[in-house]
This record gives sequence, structure tokens and C-alpha cells, in this order.
Amino acid sequence: MISEILQTLPQVLVDGLALGAVYAVVAIGYTMVYGILEFINFAHGEIFMTGAFAGTAALLTLKSAGLLGAMPGWLAYLLAFVIAMLLTGILGIGIERVAYRPLRKAPKLISFISAVGISFLLQDIVRFIADLKTGNFIVTGITLYDSNLKVAASSLWSVFGDAFIKTNTIIVLAAAVVLMIGLDLFVNRTKWGVAMRAVAQDRDTASLMSINVNKVIALTFFIGSALGGGTGVLFAQQYGTIDPYIGFTLGMKAFTAAVLGGIGNIRGAMFGGILIGLIEMLASTNLGILTGGSFGAEYKDVMSFLILIVVLIFKPEGLFGKAIKEKV
Amino acid sequence: MKKWKKGLGAVMVTVLGASLLAGCGSSGKNSSAASGSEGAGGDLTVIKIASQSPLSGSSSAYGESIKLGGQMALEERKDEFKKLGFDLQFVPYDDQGDSKKGVANAELIGADKSVMAVLGHFNSGVSIPSSVVYEKYSIPMVSPGSTATDLTDRKLKSVNRVVARDDFQGPAGAEYAVKTVGAKNIFIIQDQTAYGKGIADSFQNAAKELGANIVGYEGITVGEKDFSGVLNQVLSKKPDFIYFGVLYNEGGLIVKQAREKGIDVPIMGGDGIDSSGMVDVAGDKLTNVAYSSVATDIIKSNKEWADKYHQKFGKNPENYAVYSYDAMNVILNALTKAIDANGGKVPAREKVRDAIRTTTDYQGIATKVSFDDKGDNKYAKVFIYKYDGPQYPGSMISEVEPK
Repeated sequence: MISEILQTLPQVLVDGLALGAVYAVVAIGYTMVYGILEFINFAHGEIFMTGAFAGTAALLTLKSAGLLGAMPGWLAYLLAFVIAMLLTGILGIGIERVAYRPLRKAPKLISFISAVGISFLLQDIVRFIADLKTGNFIVTGITLYDSNLKVAASSLWSVFGDAFIKTNTIIVLAAAVVLMIGLDLFVNRTKWGVAMRAVAQDRDTASLMSINVNKVIALTFFIGSALGGGTGVLFAQQYGTIDPYIGFTLGMKAFTAAVLGGIGNIRGAMFGGILIGLIEMLASTNLGILTGGSFGAEYKDVMSFLILIVVLIFKPEGLFGKAIKEKV
Repeated sequence: MKKWKKGLGAVMVTVLGASLLAGCGSSGKNSSAASGSEGAGGDLTVIKIASQSPLSGSSSAYGESIKLGGQMALEERKDEFKKLGFDLQFVPYDDQGDSKKGVANAELIGADKSVMAVLGHFNSGVSIPSSVVYEKYSIPMVSPGSTATDLTDRKLKSVNRVVARDDFQGPAGAEYAVKTVGAKNIFIIQDQTAYGKGIADSFQNAAKELGANIVGYEGITVGEKDFSGVLNQVLSKKPDFIYFGVLYNEGGLIVKQAREKGIDVPIMGGDGIDSSGMVDVAGDKLTNVAYSSVATDIIKSNKEWADKYHQKFGKNPENYAVYSYDAMNVILNALTKAIDANGGKVPAREKVRDAIRTTTDYQGIATKVSFDDKGDNKYAKVFIYKYDGPQYPGSMISEVEPK
């Protein structure tokens, strides 16, 4: 039993890290908005999905214009990435302006329903457009980096089996790390970052310190959504096929990751995302082996949420969160 | 936290209220639509044949071809019915491959008194719950694609199908896997739907009987994109054959991701991966993948018919189109028989239902049709194909006759 688990471990780690990186970057979007507005932007999973479609559409357009063959693969990748980020970033600002800002003073529940409405709206708009353009809303895009690398983990320790890494897995990991470090520097080292943290701490006082609160909130939505959209492109490249409903489950898991790491805490979201990705992959590979086949890979989602429940019972503020004392 | 809980309650109440209202609204509309259509026939009496298939969603490629195949058969015989004094109409419904939608449509169809029969469904998981509604209204259904055993094993009077059952498709696949390929250790993956689990289980039983060893049996969830977890298990069990009961979206991704992980063993599936969608999803990773299908390769076996279809609709038929065509003809033959028996007037639905069940030795384009007492077609064959590169359809390897 142990030898079977160890044998697949290198491959599980590779797959788990790639999945975790996707969760982590999407989780940042949830956590940033919560940190500032104290409300869960449930449309964020759909923004991720829209990004996946925008990137795929960009690549398909390039191909039909005959430009894809002419440019190097990395340029096309970067172009799709940037287009998707810009589009979803602007989409994020638009959603905030239309659906959330008018409701900022209303009870939290109202904005929550507004967010759920937006997510249905995005699903159906994307579904409609994809169906119209391709005849099927499940779209298979162009995979740019398709080659495989073999990691000879067995030469490290003979118990391990060899793992296969797609070139794209490395791109996903690298892009996620760059995005996360960039964001961390932005929030902690720049003037805008200071403004953001100030608004998160106390919106009214921040506005007294001549911070334009509306601008900061719009910026937060731009960055959070752009990160989500960019990750969508990475996801589409990694798994090849996308549909308008990928955002829901993935958004749920990313939200779980954000809560696990302590909602409102950006580093916590990154850590939570990676953790959830690894747990999910470990569970889906090994549950069947551990339970002698009575629980299979289909129970992997239960594992992530089970861990969330355990963490919430014993450390309700999340792994990295600070307990907030509420004044009565 | 407390505020949240209250909030959730409020959401639930709102949703419940809204759905209640919606329910009332649509049922009101039904009855008015049904009464309206009865008077609208003019001098010809309107007879409608409905079709139910997934026109959107993950199996829309099949659903579309089922609709078009039925439409083609019906339009060819419109004049024949005009002479009998009937205006034959085709009403396609989209069941979205979703049982809730299928049942809702079935209720609509049942309420429309001029609908005499239903062509469909494709997905077994939709056929089974919807057939209960058809039974209630005595509307006969003929499915050109549902293969789950439960569909006909409940012995409903109104349920028929022209294709083979899963418990024939599974064993035919097992025979190919064990006898032709020589598989000893088989890993099974299924998608936890009535179709996927049904076909995987019947394969498993047959393969065990033939002496193969089942090293793993895992479930996946429809709609997932990352199958690394299950495939890592395959890596650790080192099977020499993989069998999966899935549809092409998941199937294509599993094949692609398996090949990317260096899993090169032969893979086999049921008719759910018999679609050009497999090629779109898996691309050039689609090698050494066999599938059993209840459908013949119509473009090769009857070029003339395929050309006619192409001319009419501007695309090549998926294989189910021709079964749908045959099923529609079975329906229409029974309908004319029932009309004759009723002295040229509109027959009762029960009469059409019984006339369909007594169909014997009808020679269709794709298959010969005779229904047994459960509504299964005695002549339904299973075909084994293989993809060896990104090309649909795969090349046919063998035909398996019913025992």
C-alpha cells in the first residue's frame, strides 16, 4: 500500500502543484475583494471562466487570421494572456460599478444575491456567444505547448515512479509564481498598495486621509479579476477543453482555499490554494488504495471541504487570518 | 456568521417562492397551448410526432443528428399522410441531456393531445425518468440511442429501442479486450451516470467471466477537466488495458491526459465515445482507442443514404442519425397501421403504442427491427471500432451478432 502511494507521489505532486497554483491565483481574487469590501464576490469563478474563453477566442482568431503560425508560440501565449487579463480586468470594474457599488450601503445579503445573478448572467452570455460562434459551447482550444518532459524521479529513490510534466505545467507554475510575487510587491511596496491596505482597514478613515476610495476599490476589482482571467488562460492551455460551467466548482474550491488561508489575507490565499490542490490530488489518487476500493476518486472534493470544516472548527479565522474582535 | 445564516434562509425562501410561481405559470400555459392546437388543423387533422434529444450540452452532436434523422424520415412521408387526411408535424424538443428537462418536456408532450409518439431520448439517464411520464400518458417512445438495461427491464408498455442493450455492448467489448487484445489486468473508469456505470459494470462482469483480472474500478464526475487523480492510480496499478464508460468530452480528455502521462496501453469505451467530438478533444493523442458501438458506420455501409442526408442538411450524418431515421419509420408504420384499424380516423395513443410493440421484421436502413415483449430489438448488433489517429469514425474491426 505504502509503496503504491510512494510510487505515484512524484506525479501526484506535479499535478497537485499545477492545480494548486490555479486555485491559489483565483483565491487571491476572492480574498482581495473580501479584504476591502467584506463581501464575497461570487461571480469571481465566472470571471475566471470568461478569461479562459477570452484567451481561447484570441488564439482562435489569430489562427483564422493566419497569424498564429507566423509568430512564435510564446508571443501568442503572452498575447492571449494579456488580452484575457485586460478584458476580465475591465469586466471586473464594470461589474463592480453596475452590480456592487449601488448596493454598497445595502445589507451584505443584497450584494451577495447581486453577485449570484452576475455569475448566472456571465455563464449564459459566454454560453450563448460560444454556441453562436462554434456551434457547441464546449470549446476545445489550441494547445500551444504540448510536449512532455520526463522527470526521472526513480533515479533519486528507486521507490518513486517517473513523473511526466507537460511544458505547460511549468508555464502555469512560473506564471502563478510571477503573478503572486508581483501582487505581493504591489500591495506591500507601492503607494497604491498602501492605499489598498488602508481602505481595507478602515474605509471612512482612509477617505479622510485623501484616498479616493472608489478608485481603490475599482483597482482592486481590476487586479483581482485580471488575475482570475489570466489563470483562466492557463487553465484552458493546461486541460485543452473548456465550457461555461468550469467556473462554478473551481470558484468554490478557490473560495475554500481563501477561507482556509484566512479570508482577507493574500499570502494565506496562495498557501491555501496550493494546499487544496495537493490534498485534492493526493485524495483522488490514494483514496481508493487507502480504503480498499470502497471510497474512490469521486470523493476527492469531499476531502477538500472536510479539511475546510475541520480548520473552521478549530481555527475559524483560517490558517493565516487574525481573529477580529467585534465591538458590541 | 449569524447574519449569514439568516441570509441563506431568506435566499431559500425566495427561490422556493419563485419556483412555485414559475410552476403555476407554465402549467397554465400548457393547457391553453394544447387546446389551441386541436382547433388549428383546418381540414387536415394534425398529428404530431415529438422528438426529444440533447440539442445543447455535452452530447448535442448526437442529439442534433437524432433530430435531423427523424425529421428526414418524417418529411419523406408527409405526402403519404396527407392522402390519409392528416397533417403530419414534427416537434423537436431539447432535453439538454438533463433528466429534469426531459421529464418537464415529457409532461408538455403528454398534455398535447395531438402528439402520438416520441422519438428519443439519447441519454439513458434521461430516457428512464421520462419514460415513466410517457407510460402515464400512454405515449409510445422509440429510442435510437439509449442502451441502459433498466430502460426496457422495467417492462413498460410504451418503451422501445432499436439499438442494442448495454449488457450486450459490455460483453462484446469484454470479448474484444480479453480474446482479441489479450488483456489480463484491466482498469475500469466510469462516470457515475446510468449509462456509464451500466456499461462499465456489464463489461466488468463479462471480463471477469472470461478470466481477466480487474485491478481498479474508479468513478469520475461529468464536467471535470482534470483527471490526473484517476490516471495516477492507473500509473500505480499498471494495467494492460483500460475500459471506460464515459461520454466523449470526458473520454477525450482522459485519453489525452493518459497519453501525456506516458500511459500507452490500449483504451476502450462504449458508444459514448463514438463521436467526432473525440477527435476535437483528444487531437493527435487519440491512438489505440477502441470502442464498441450500437451503430453501424453509415457513411461506409450506405453511401447513398448518407449522401441524401448530406444534401438535405449540409453535413455528414453522425451514425445515430440513421437509427433515428429507422426509429421514425417504425413509428410511422405503426401509426398508419393504427389509423387503418381505426377506420381512417385518429387512433388512440394506446393503439399506436401496441402497434409499435408488434413491429416485426421491418427492414430499415441501418438495422432490421423486431421488438420483443420488453421493447428491445431482437436484431440489434454491436460493432467494434478503433481510433488509430485523429480521424472520425475509427475503422471497423468486427460485428457482433446478438446471441
